[in-house]
Amino acid sequence: MKKLLLGFVLTALAAIPPVWADEPIVVHLKNHKFSPSVIKVKANKPSMIILFNDDGSADEFDSSSLKIERVVPGHAKANIRIRALAPGKYPFMGEFNASTAQGVVIAE
Amino acid sequence: MISSLIIVFREVIEAGLIVGIVLAATTGVPGRARAVAGGVLAGVLGACLVAAFAGEIANLFQGSGQELFNAAILLLAVAMLTWHNVWMASHGREMARELKAAGHQVKTGERTLTALSVVVGVAVLREGSEVVLFLYGIAAQGGTTAAAMVTGGGLGLAAGGVISALMYFGLLTIPAGKLFQVTSGLITLLAAGMAAQAVIYLQNGGWLEFFTGTVWDTGWLVQDDSITGRLLHTLIGYSQAPNGAQLIAYGATIVMIVILMRMVNAPRQKHGHA
Repeated sequence: MKKLLLGFVLTALAAIPPVWADEPIVVHLKNHKFSPSVIKVKANKPSMIILFNDDGSADEFDSSSLKIERVVPGHAKANIRIRALAPGKYPFMGEFNASTAQGVVIAE
Repeated sequence: MISSLIIVFREVIEAGLIVGIVLAATTGVPGRARAVAGGVLAGVLGACLVAAFAGEIANLFQGSGQELFNAAILLLAVAMLTWHNVWMASHGREMARELKAAGHQVKTGERTLTALSVVVGVAVLREGSEVVLFLYGIAAQGGTTAAAMVTGGGLGLAAGGVISALMYFGLLTIPAGKLFQVTSGLITLLAAGMAAQAVIYLQNGGWLEFFTGTVWDTGWLVQDDSITGRLLHTLIGYSQAPNGAQLIAYGATIVMIVILMRMVNAPRQKHGHA
């Protein structure tokens, strides 16, 4: 009986949708440019960016408005969590190549 | 060259300010040069290791290893700063007396050196690993940029050293009797800012997902990205749009340090030989 109850609870928990209800957004960094560089997310809902650094050198996904600083080594990927955002524009950059690596998250 | 200079300078500001404050907080303590230099050296070695294993660290804890690592070393620094301040609360007056006495040898201070050495090491490690990755990236692109990178990087480091020196000599203008009170105050704010930053890392790693809403926004006054914003961020933990959990961590750290300092200080005062 206990096992059945435990099984039921686990099934119920598994059925609860994850925090990132929508699919993670895949972004590539290549030749020190983000693509896509404009990323739309739903306002007031957490989301996730999966960033693939296709360059050979490391870069840092940096955004003061998103409060994120995340080093991504060359040829590596990073899961970047975006908190629930109020509607607006949140610029980000690849700090090590800021002249080309620029992008913006738009929450709407 | 300019980009190397700017990035390296930006990263060494924080470590530079912390080294300046630590040097002032250990004025007159024998062996402090060795402790600070040891902290810097350990920090640089650690930074190279962290840079070399950046990918491996990031992949730990379902991809949140980097955030957890940053939060952990920040909290270690908070613990060390707290320890230093609590220790100073019971020995600060003694140290100030020694500092004012002839010879300026503050033997009492030797016991808190280890804690501050760790703080210096952590500050250098955090900022240094990014500098290493950045410079390595430029070096890997090779060619003519390498010489410019070395020049830019060197100038950036020198500028960080100047920040350290300004902070240190600025603090030294404070009279000996008050110096340790001021450095304790600065260290309390430093610790609170680090605790708030640790909360951000934990939030980004997927932990502590509550009170994440922005409480106020002072971006119209000082932007996080500006030099002023960065200086204030290091010194007092300034954040242009802090969220609830960040503010709670900030306030709780100050309250904790002040209470602990009062607790160790109180019994001595009652017996009248503080």
